[in-house]
Amino acid sequence: MNAKTQTLLWVAQRASAAVLGICVLVHLATMVYAVRGGLSAAEILGRTRGSVAWLVFYSLFVLAIAVHVPIGLRAVLGEWLGWRGAAREWGLILFAALLGWMGMRAVLGVFL
Amino acid sequence: MMQVKVWRGKADGAFQEFEVQRHASQTVLDVVTYIQRALDPTLAYRFACRVGMCGSCAMTVNGVARWTCRTHVDKVVTNDQMEIAPLRNLPVIRDLVTDMREFFDKWAKAKGQFSGALTKNEDFQKVKPDSPARVAVDAGIECIGCAVCYSSCDVVSWNPEYLGPAALNRAWTLVKDERDTHSMDRLRAVAGDAGCHSCHTHMSCTERCPKQISPTAAIAGLKREVSLALFRKTL
Repeated sequence: MNAKTQTLLWVAQRASAAVLGICVLVHLATMVYAVRGGLSAAEILGRTRGSVAWLVFYSLFVLAIAVHVPIGLRAVLGEWLGWRGAAREWGLILFAALLGWMGMRAVLGVFL
Repeated sequence: MMQVKVWRGKADGAFQEFEVQRHASQTVLDVVTYIQRALDPTLAYRFACRVGMCGSCAMTVNGVARWTCRTHVDKVVTNDQMEIAPLRNLPVIRDLVTDMREFFDKWAKAKGQFSGALTKNEDFQKVKPDSPARVAVDAGIECIGCAVCYSSCDVVSWNPEYLGPAALNRAWTLVKDERDTHSMDRLRAVAGDAGCHSCHTHMSCTERCPKQISPTAAIAGLKREVSLALFRKTL
């Protein structure tokens, strides 16, 4: 992997970390609000279904996760298990796709 | 008197115990020298200047990498016991002597050689001492190449390809050197898994550097410069 791609990965991880910082705060605040307010599952779904704002917010959240986690895992696999090379990169691309698919499945589950 | 355990042999060696008289203002290097001259002439260790300039005498003292010529025994001895071992992260040749080739080869891999545009027939190119680029490397250029930072770095032990704090610090001082003409090659050499992007910012190098240099700051500077080069499409 060349210097450009590796630098791009580093920038992507830092940028996604900044997005995650905000997303996690909003997500936690929303959860605390929903629990303290005693909202039922049906009431929560009533607010999220058809809400483009929540769709955009949680899609961004999922995208940031799908970018951030595999890049971090890449370093962990290299440094702790000594797993480097093309097989690791392809494995992580698949893992990123899996995270994105699972995340978007959940997001669409409360939007549609 | 104090009990001094000294590493003997190669990587699979063992500690040997010596009894050494304590003195005022005694350094760890004094102790090692005494052992070799008075107790066991076969002990191998490395030193040159004895005044903190050459970077030859670094060893692991009570688990911490230090320059032994400027480390007073009073500062590191506990219960009249001291353990002296070779530097970590480098192959042991014998006793307290490590093979430094890998350490300095990485300086070359990080494009640590200065390459200017002028020839000897031209006048010196002047660098303003108070220019921001020069001030940014005021501390970094004082590196004596002792490998204390390299020995203290966990990333080096996890990733043998990692260039290490000293080589990256050297690259940083050249990236900020306005006379140098190979900055972009250098940024390419220090980007990525073997370079600045692998640093975990543990700051062990900064904590242990005997010259109070912050390789961590140099590495952060390299990350900044490499990212800027990426956005400017010059990387």
